[in-house]
Amino acid sequence: MSIALKVENLNKYFHEPDEFHVLQDISFSVNKGEFVPVIGKSGCGKSTLLYLLSTLDTDYTGQIFINNTLVTGQSQNSLAQFRNENIGFVFQFHFLLPEFTVLENVMLPALKLGKYSKEKIEEKAIGKLRQLQMDSFANKLSSKLSGGQQQRVAITRALINDPAIIMADEPTGNLDSVNTGLVFDIFRDLSHNNGITVLTVTHDLDFAKNADRVIEMTDGRINGK
Amino acid sequence: MMVDALIAKRHLMANKKQTLVAMLGVTFGIGMFILMISFMIGVNQFMENTMLSSTPDIHIYNDIKTDYNVSIAGEYFKSKGTLVAVHHPKPKQINLNLKNADGIMNDLREDPAIKFVSPLLSTQAFYNYGPVQINGYIYGVNILDEAKIFDLSSKMTAGVPENLLTADKGIIMGRGLANKLNLGMGDMVTLTTPTGTTMSFRVVGLFAIGIGTIDDTRSYVSLANVQQLMAKDRSYITDINIKLKSNKLAREKAEELFKKYNYKSDDWETANSSVMASNIVRDVLTYVVSITLLTVAGFGIYNIMNMTINNKMKDIAILKAQGFSGRDIVQIFLSQSLFIGFFGAIMGEILGFILAYCLSRVPFPHNDFISLKFFPVIFNPNHYLFGMFFGLVTPFIAGLMPSLKASKIDPVVILRG
Repeated sequence: MSIALKVENLNKYFHEPDEFHVLQDISFSVNKGEFVPVIGKSGCGKSTLLYLLSTLDTDYTGQIFINNTLVTGQSQNSLAQFRNENIGFVFQFHFLLPEFTVLENVMLPALKLGKYSKEKIEEKAIGKLRQLQMDSFANKLSSKLSGGQQQRVAITRALINDPAIIMADEPTGNLDSVNTGLVFDIFRDLSHNNGITVLTVTHDLDFAKNADRVIEMTDGRINGK
Repeated sequence: MMVDALIAKRHLMANKKQTLVAMLGVTFGIGMFILMISFMIGVNQFMENTMLSSTPDIHIYNDIKTDYNVSIAGEYFKSKGTLVAVHHPKPKQINLNLKNADGIMNDLREDPAIKFVSPLLSTQAFYNYGPVQINGYIYGVNILDEAKIFDLSSKMTAGVPENLLTADKGIIMGRGLANKLNLGMGDMVTLTTPTGTTMSFRVVGLFAIGIGTIDDTRSYVSLANVQQLMAKDRSYITDINIKLKSNKLAREKAEELFKKYNYKSDDWETANSSVMASNIVRDVLTYVVSITLLTVAGFGIYNIMNMTINNKMKDIAILKAQGFSGRDIVQIFLSQSLFIGFFGAIMGEILGFILAYCLSRVPFPHNDFISLKFFPVIFNPNHYLFGMFFGLVTPFIAGLMPSLKASKIDPVVILRG
């Protein structure tokens, strides 16, 4: 099984307000198609780790490989390009653009990538929305949907460029149990049936219980290592 | 790039009112600029035209200059090594005429840069009005030449310039002067020169140039009549007026003529330096006010862009997370600013044109001495181009700073909440 994500000797310090060693010598790898929740108490550094892995935060030492590409040390512009192509994001809040319809929100990252024509992208976006049973809302403004619906649109948006990895930060933090279950099912389906690696930071232990493998963190270290 | 434009468009459309207000700032600034510059340049043009209707492009005359370095006593005692000082010498009798005036004029008429040449003999004169004498000037001219230079035909309020050729001892008089003397067409007037000669003329025309000091004092008669009045021969003239094909060259040409004939040559700009100075003041004023208005509009755009960006922090963060680069973000927001500027400027040009057109149709308060029917306004495409240029530069500068700020937003800080 090929490796989707590999991390070596990751160290990260916060300098404000005090010097703090938030991530200490973290090394691990995740296989392609794995669904891996990262759990741990508040402040253990799990979100910080996720943002390092997502290439949004570049202030660290160590090395990160995504899809066998070394992303450490690349310029901001090439990282932006890399994220566009390879990483899908889901956050606790949906972060949909309120001026755009559901369909347009999903299409934007693909339009940015510019790999397909607009018609092709639209077709693809509707297909992905259908997969998550959101196609009937395609032409509604994103701000008119409920929280659970918005989160599903956000997941669809993360999928539009067929990324290798989906990174999620507390994706169910604002959802009720029904929607949480729904999101969990979607993630598991994506990883098992579509071969997409899903790495998600979560507080929800039920959510973590049913996953393939759990990365548990305490005080900036991964447990059991 | 297409995506950036799409996002920019949505942002503008989502906040139509705010977009419109920002545009109106630019519209007002450009509109006022167009109105002011059209009017100010119109006034300048009017002043220049009035000035040129009374000042030739180049005026050649014999300036009083007497050399006091040489004295007879000095010459006499030179060989004896004596220092001679002459206290407050007086000028000797001099003639102010131009020597070989005919030769100079023939020479000037050959010059390809010169359009018209008009000889002139002027003298002070008293106009007798019953027992009262009114001081003025009498100009002896070849009326056809003079009419060509100053376009007299259009300034006549009664009669035509050619009347001077047909009438024996005719006079064309300034309207203000004629009113003072209570004279009309066909009336007789008696002139006395400072040397005491007297001569009677019949009024065959009245003119009004629009400058009080001229209309109240000047009369035209034939060259021969003034020569006769002054008891001078037929070649005696004191001034030559010249009209050039292009009056922009007057300064250089005047210098050239001075070197050639060694008579004082004034160009119209030097002769009217006070008017030229007030033209410059008006120009500067126009630009200062316009730039102020546009700067204010620029601050308006800056504020609105800053507000938009503060409201859109989350959107910017998610766009960056999804792979939009800093350059994309700058493009998204800068293009909004430029859009506001571009359409604001176009509306401003239309507004400015309408206002300027309206002003050009407002009657100017009636005045005997100013030949203006409407407010002077000119329509010059260059002003509109300049306005457009400013309408794009101001929003560009105003939008650049907030856009750069937006591009530097760290998505991690915002996405973590």
